[in-house]
Amino acid sequence: MNRTHSPLFHISKRASIPWYISWAIRAAAIVAAMLVCALVTMLLTGADPIRIYVTIFQGSFGTVRKFWVLLQELSILLCVSLAVTPAFKMRFWNIGGEGQVLIGGLATAACMFYLGDKMPSGLLIPVMIVASILAGAIWALIPAIFKARWNTNETLFTLMMNYVAIQLVSYFCNIWDRKGSGIVGIINPNTRAGWFPVLAGRQYLLNVLVVAVLTVAVYIYLRYTKHGYEISVVGESERTARYVGIKVEKVILRTMLLSGALCGIAGLLLVGGTDHTISTTTAGGRGFTAVMVSWLAKFDPIFMVLTSFLLAFLSRGSSQIAQNFGLNHSFGDILTGIILFFIIGSEFFINYRLSFRASSEKEDGSHA
Amino acid sequence: MLETLAFYINRAVQQGIPLLFGSTGETLTEKSGNLNLGIPGIMYAGGICGVIGAFFYERGAAVMNPFPAVFIPLVCSLAGSLLMGLLYCFLTVSLRANQNVTGLAITTFGVGVGNFFGGYLIKTSGSSVASLALNATSAFFRKTLPFASKLGAFGTVFLSYSFLAYLAVIVSLIAGILLRRSRVGLHLRAVGENPATADAAGINVNRYKYGATCIGSMIAGLGGLYYVMDYASGIWSNDAFGDRGWLAIALVIFTIWRPDTGVLASILYGGLYILSINNILPTGGVGAVKELYKMLPYVMTIVVLVLTSIRNKKENQPPAALGLSYFREER
Repeated sequence: MNRTHSPLFHISKRASIPWYISWAIRAAAIVAAMLVCALVTMLLTGADPIRIYVTIFQGSFGTVRKFWVLLQELSILLCVSLAVTPAFKMRFWNIGGEGQVLIGGLATAACMFYLGDKMPSGLLIPVMIVASILAGAIWALIPAIFKARWNTNETLFTLMMNYVAIQLVSYFCNIWDRKGSGIVGIINPNTRAGWFPVLAGRQYLLNVLVVAVLTVAVYIYLRYTKHGYEISVVGESERTARYVGIKVEKVILRTMLLSGALCGIAGLLLVGGTDHTISTTTAGGRGFTAVMVSWLAKFDPIFMVLTSFLLAFLSRGSSQIAQNFGLNHSFGDILTGIILFFIIGSEFFINYRLSFRASSEKEDGSHA
Repeated sequence: MLETLAFYINRAVQQGIPLLFGSTGETLTEKSGNLNLGIPGIMYAGGICGVIGAFFYERGAAVMNPFPAVFIPLVCSLAGSLLMGLLYCFLTVSLRANQNVTGLAITTFGVGVGNFFGGYLIKTSGSSVASLALNATSAFFRKTLPFASKLGAFGTVFLSYSFLAYLAVIVSLIAGILLRRSRVGLHLRAVGENPATADAAGINVNRYKYGATCIGSMIAGLGGLYYVMDYASGIWSNDAFGDRGWLAIALVIFTIWRPDTGVLASILYGGLYILSINNILPTGGVGAVKELYKMLPYVMTIVVLVLTSIRNKKENQPPAALGLSYFREER
């Protein structure tokens, strides 16, 4: 008996776990990640860790303006995350958020560019909204059609669509730019045609409100509607879905239309409400970050507010570190990466239980 | 005419080699069922680790010897990308995390590491431009056969590359044979197709996943090293590597998971890029059309992906368990 090889620990799946333990594990992971981040920053800058943490907070809460920038970052990231979530829930790995956002932004910019002096803002903005939603939806629908009809791998397809979108944007940037540098610059700087109205003197307030409404809407859609139910059935088991008479193809197409449309709205908010210009970096990797935001929140729109806050907070904080300590901005990516690794790793301890050899022998003894 | 053609083929090959390294590495990885979207980050890490090694050797050594000048960056690059591969494996295989999320995080991290340390070294070197030049090391890496230039077009097309380029071709050919003809390859494919069955047949699934992903990462990392030391003549500037990592992933699909096909396909990808930036393809006088040509590799990849799924031939499909973590006790 003692001769047989028994592993040091045994891994088993947890049946269920109280929510406070799972959040305690996540919090512990974040604390551990922050310690590692501080250590890395100390090694690279020689600054003391307290100052580093203070700086991270200053990045988001230092001034009123910085706080609004944080809210803006949070809401756009949240919007893209909301967009990809319905698809993820049905196990359709839409990592084409980046491209869908860009195409939505491109459609918005095209409306502003070509129609800016042809129609009043009251008409132009609705046209922009429709155009961006359509563009995003079509971009997402293409991979969905092939997935539904021929089971084409959607992860790889949507990934490739990102780069097609990037080159398309790059093409139009070169067409629209009159100086030959390939940079469009602010569109309609004088007439401000197609710029979103500034509410209460705050440029980003409208974006924040739109995304807040969308968050609630997506939550209700996924939780309390028939569509939302069908999505989770398809995600849990496609065979069960077929057996109970859900048309899986239809659900895939419909959900991806929604996913793309929401991405289009994110592009609209970025171009019409924030940047008033377009470039290949308008989406800024948010399509990829959104995958992580959505997954970390277990595809729950309300928790996504928290996770997108975390990532926006970190990115603002680390660019503040970069600025204060004279490091370059990529330092933020390193810190974000470290924190993501810890959170990703922590999910294991939420889903599985480790029982060590000594304790498992005891259990065996008591059963015998 | 022949000389010009040879010149362009030469450029296309040089452009294609980083993609070939990347796609060979990613193919091996995907054959084990791991969809490593961290490859772009790993290639960055491979590149910057080589640069770091070269930087300190150039600074430290009074007289540079050819052997350590090549060996040190090579080992640094391999070690860097191995660490990234291990991290990916630890999270996805041991901790069974979602592969897409982990891969994307690795890419964020790797690109961040590359640009951060790149920027740091540029600042340290006191360079007036936003780049770091490692000409001396690059010269060793770019050593070619002495008689290549005397053989005209033949020499330009076939013999004028540095050792890393030939290594890329050899590695991908070996990987192709290994996957299709060896027992190890058979086991690896079994792990990627159906890990539960492979496990039941006595194959150590985790060992194969770790092995293939780590070796794959190291191969991909060499693509980053080749890009800096050879293609870019030892000049590191941030973000210069661009989206080559994603192109490498596209190439995996384009070659339908066959590393040996990658040799020609990577040259095709490189060739398309060279043709578009050199104004050889017709643009109708509109420079912006170049940007549309850069779309071509991705569009071709989509077409291949769609066609293989429509024709639905068994041997042309992605590994069946691609992207899924394996847990023995889950049924």
